[in-house]
Amino acid sequence: MTTSTEHRRATRAGRPSTPDSHGFATRPYDLVKEFVVALIVVTLLTVGLAAAFSSPDEKAITMRDWANAAPNDVVATAAGELAGTTTSAGFGPPYNTAADGAALGPLKLQKWAGVTIPLDSAQDLVLIPLAGVTDNSALTDALAAWQSADADQRTQWASDYSDALAQAPDGNPDSVATGDYGPVPVIAAGFLTLANTGGLEGALTSSGNFYGGDQTKSLLLLADGAYLEDQARARNLGGDQWGMMNETGNYPGQPWMWLYTFWYQVPPFSTSENADALVWGLMMLLTLGLALVPFIPGLRSIPRWIPVHRIIWRDYYRDHPRR
Amino acid sequence: MTAVDTDQPPVATPTSWTARVRERISRIVPPGQALPDRQPAYMSSWIYVFGVLTLAALIVVVASGVVLALGGVTWWHVSSLGHFVNSLHLWSVELFFAFMVVHLWGKFWMAAWRGNRALTWMTGVVAFLGSIGTAFTGYLSQANFASQWISTQAKDGLNSVGVGAFFNVMNPAQMLLWHVVLLPLVLGVIVVLHVILVRRHGIVPPIDADEETAS
Repeated sequence: MTTSTEHRRATRAGRPSTPDSHGFATRPYDLVKEFVVALIVVTLLTVGLAAAFSSPDEKAITMRDWANAAPNDVVATAAGELAGTTTSAGFGPPYNTAADGAALGPLKLQKWAGVTIPLDSAQDLVLIPLAGVTDNSALTDALAAWQSADADQRTQWASDYSDALAQAPDGNPDSVATGDYGPVPVIAAGFLTLANTGGLEGALTSSGNFYGGDQTKSLLLLADGAYLEDQARARNLGGDQWGMMNETGNYPGQPWMWLYTFWYQVPPFSTSENADALVWGLMMLLTLGLALVPFIPGLRSIPRWIPVHRIIWRDYYRDHPRR
Repeated sequence: MTAVDTDQPPVATPTSWTARVRERISRIVPPGQALPDRQPAYMSSWIYVFGVLTLAALIVVVASGVVLALGGVTWWHVSSLGHFVNSLHLWSVELFFAFMVVHLWGKFWMAAWRGNRALTWMTGVVAFLGSIGTAFTGYLSQANFASQWISTQAKDGLNSVGVGAFFNVMNPAQMLLWHVVLLPLVLGVIVVLHVILVRRHGIVPPIDADEETAS
């Protein structure tokens, strides 16, 4: 930087410009030694913390776990997928066109991104996995009856059965009021049986692909039920429980997510159906602000107004009192 | 081979592409400032330690992650050694973020963007964001209950702004590759750039220290 450039910048800013650090008095310092000592300290600290506190590792919930622990929820979820009333069925992009999804004012980013992970909840999460079951003639007949019915009839059956399950004590299929539910009760019961056998994960993730690395269908199905959320809330991981920065067990989790998590706890975000887009929009704006602090008048002057720097450089200011 | 005329003066302006690149690289950091054995006398605060601590923690994070990668995704679930290495990875990440946040706040209160250092600040902010993304994909790659819950929740936020259409948090294979290859690569480049910029411009002098006080 030339002196004339410095002078122009100083004039624009209205105060003396920041001089080059290389022009100040120096003292000997061993940077490499500092780094090596820091590396040793951090390594020892890490080993100590790991030995003392270990790390959390709660096993993933399997479909069999779900079927054993909450069979009625599995049946209700299957009926909901057939009725098109689950979260995934009505999600919109990137899974389907059932809804436009969230929007940031006029910016319909979710819709504009398009359906890149196409999913028919009834077909992909329930009917296709069940199509592989060959030793259950009642189920085979029920699936045939479902396929031969028109769309309105299917929806009517599945919706009525979902409503009846919701009215039954504990959602127990055995206690459902008598009604015309078509093949839906048999399909839902067959779905529960498949989950109990432990074969549902494979049917969801590996159909047509030996290497099933994508768990989108399994996770969407699991999230469509109530069991996963119940388990998470019991561990204080719910969205309104600061769950996005919490971790299973007594661990720090992701405290660096505190601000993102904070917005979900307060109105209008905590009560908005569009909270996800609003919080993301706000956080993107704040992040941009953080990156551009050096150029934002007022914000960049805060360190001058609140003189924490007088503590940091107290030795320097003691030796160089203000004129 | 021709004889070398040692009396010939050096060429003032490099003509080959190689020489030009070499000459440009040599000017990125002032002579002697890439790894100096002296530092400005005004650097007398513990706050300066946190930048180096962040880098040290990053090395422990990468090293423990490399060991985890040797065993693969399921190793740490079934091996006590693997679980310990996972614990090293977790706690080094916690320390990394703790040091980095103190470093960031320290630089804010120093107004460390002064003196043509805005890009240094901005690369630091980008490194912070990149670290959050890398840690997030790590949580998604754990293949346990936490991964199930975090991925199914995070999809809502990411999908709401269209990101989920291309960055599928419920695809652990995709997330693992982001976690162990793409994001560390980008983060590594940004951190190197950040450190080079720090060395290029030097440590920011105290606020209101002017030319007359510089000696």
